Amino acid sequence: MTLPSPDSKTQLALYRQMLLIRHFEQKIVELYPEQEIRTPVHLCVGQEAVAAGVCAHLRDSDTIFTTHRNHGHCLAKGMSLKKMLAEFYGKETGCCRGKGGSMHPCAPEVGILGTSAIVGGGIPIAVGAAWANQMRGIPAVTVTFFGDGATEEGAFHESLNFAALKKIPVIFVCENNLYATASAIGKRQPAAGSIAARAATYGLPGKLINGNDVIEVYLAAGEAVIRAKQGLGPTLIEAETFRWFAHVGPVDDTKTGHRPANELTRWKKKCPIQHLRKALLSKKILTPDDEKIWQKKFDRSFEEALYFAKTSLPSGIEQLTTHVFA
Amino acid sequence: MPWTTPSIKISTPSAITQGIRRLSYRQAIYEAQHQLLSTDKRVFLLGEGIDDASGVFGTTLGLTDEFTSQRVVDTPIAENGITGIAMGAAINGMRPILIHMRPDFVIISLDQLLNHAAKWFYMSGGQVSVPLTIRCVIGRGWGSAAQHSQNIQGLLTHLPGLKILMPATAHDAKGLLIAAVRDPNPVVILEHRWLFDKIGHVPEDLYATPIGRANICRYGSDVTIVATSIMVHEAMLAAETLANEDCNVEVIDLRSVKPWDENCVAASVRKTGYLIVADTGHQYGGVAAEITARITELCFSSLRAAPQRITLPEAPVPAASSLEEIYFPGQSDIIKAAKDILSG
Repeated sequence: MTLPSPDSKTQLALYRQMLLIRHFEQKIVELYPEQEIRTPVHLCVGQEAVAAGVCAHLRDSDTIFTTHRNHGHCLAKGMSLKKMLAEFYGKETGCCRGKGGSMHPCAPEVGILGTSAIVGGGIPIAVGAAWANQMRGIPAVTVTFFGDGATEEGAFHESLNFAALKKIPVIFVCENNLYATASAIGKRQPAAGSIAARAATYGLPGKLINGNDVIEVYLAAGEAVIRAKQGLGPTLIEAETFRWFAHVGPVDDTKTGHRPANELTRWKKKCPIQHLRKALLSKKILTPDDEKIWQKKFDRSFEEALYFAKTSLPSGIEQLTTHVFA
Repeated sequence: MPWTTPSIKISTPSAITQGIRRLSYRQAIYEAQHQLLSTDKRVFLLGEGIDDASGVFGTTLGLTDEFTSQRVVDTPIAENGITGIAMGAAINGMRPILIHMRPDFVIISLDQLLNHAAKWFYMSGGQVSVPLTIRCVIGRGWGSAAQHSQNIQGLLTHLPGLKILMPATAHDAKGLLIAAVRDPNPVVILEHRWLFDKIGHVPEDLYATPIGRANICRYGSDVTIVATSIMVHEAMLAAETLANEDCNVEVIDLRSVKPWDENCVAASVRKTGYLIVADTGHQYGGVAAEITARITELCFSSLRAAPQRITLPEAPVPAASSLEEIYFPGQSDIIKAAKDILSG
């Protein structure tokens, strides 16, 4: 099954989505030193193509389970910027009333049913949510995003096994950014084979793709969505990518000795946004004016959301012990 | 099989057997599941080997034939993953009952249970609740030993977000299971294998035993004994012996260890002035420790002696029959504790 390349309009939308995510992350980088965002931020700069390419296929009724590194996924799934930022600022108007912070976004109205920040923790939950759709006859798909580190967890293998066994409409999207915090994948996993290749042992398709090429991500995710909706079961996508900032915080961790600088330089040359930008400009699908208009729009909505977040009331004592039980 | 038969004699306390319709604890669990499956499309059962010829000690026998393998699901041997999968189904409209043949296997799933299910509602700011019921069956005896007969209630009560139930009677085995499935939160039910043949009054209708409400199974004015699970029956036997010696104990079946019925226990202790807690678990940081501490806070001025705890020794469960015999406390320990506490 090979899908046709996305049309110009779709390509433009994918580009805009990546730009929006980058814009958001850059704003967080600027604001973080104020120390008013008092929650750890796991930036996804460099990895925008995966979120944009996958979520482009999803509707509000489709569900995603993301991770601690979730900003891109949440934005691409349509989460309210106001609620997201208010949560970062610990406000009662935040998406989790100040109880989740940056690592546990929840927005059921757009199919984000909560987020685990335990490595691999969201994977079985996604399988279960997708299984519920299957049992209830709801034709929706569920996507679980996770990093390369999660593929070392038992939960990953248990989930693949079960999803394959029951032909569950779930898509496993591994964002392989080659590091778990600062531990390189080569020190953690044997060199033989890719993560995608592990799918074969469970009898589901596994596809290794360039995670910095949003069109490639879009096509792979599109095939997986069709498979899931046709009742053919799960797919594992391994998208190779790289994060530009440290594991946590707006820090260049090549300067702190956590990762080699030349590796980051090499990956910055493979920037997912620049990659598509060149192509779109040369085909005249995109004009610099489009970008300027978008940037202004992004600025305006971010400023509005930031104002909302900063002026909302901090989460109060009434939030402390409520919602322990439903 | 010898290990399916309790090797201690349990008499049937009279207060629990009133009523006309009588079922065993095992039948009561079966009936609750049957009625829930029949009346609620969201309910399904899953667990390792739950559709095999033993049917989880008889509690799921025949349910697969009647409700299909789509709703009574045999699972891979993957306790943590399956717990996450059940939780995922729970947050997306289903009401799963996850069954473990031993509480020890729940320990494998603690990441999904404690890091996820127990906190999901809170972390989501009250948006997404987890109506997940987990049944597990405490084994005991016949050398089941350290990994097949643990009592994990103390472990599970420590972190916020889980409800923990321990039915001691057939009536509550059914009623608490129904209550758990109806509850929008994750609930763990610890059943006791040695109670499975215990007969008691079980109404036919789909009724729920309120979670967090204790049951006074014997009224008395001299000593309060709070007990869980099989220790309720040990306490009732002890109470009969003590009554012959003119000591009238009040026996409280806690039923729900989290949340637990502070008011009921406190009212009893204010009346008697003495507290003995008999739990099936360990002492350190356990259920008996919590009840003792809390009641001391609430009823300090009413207490006429230090509360006593009857619990397991500070060692894993041994295998040899000779060691099992001295490992598990019983009615004689309760009788001794009552005499000690009263003699000051």
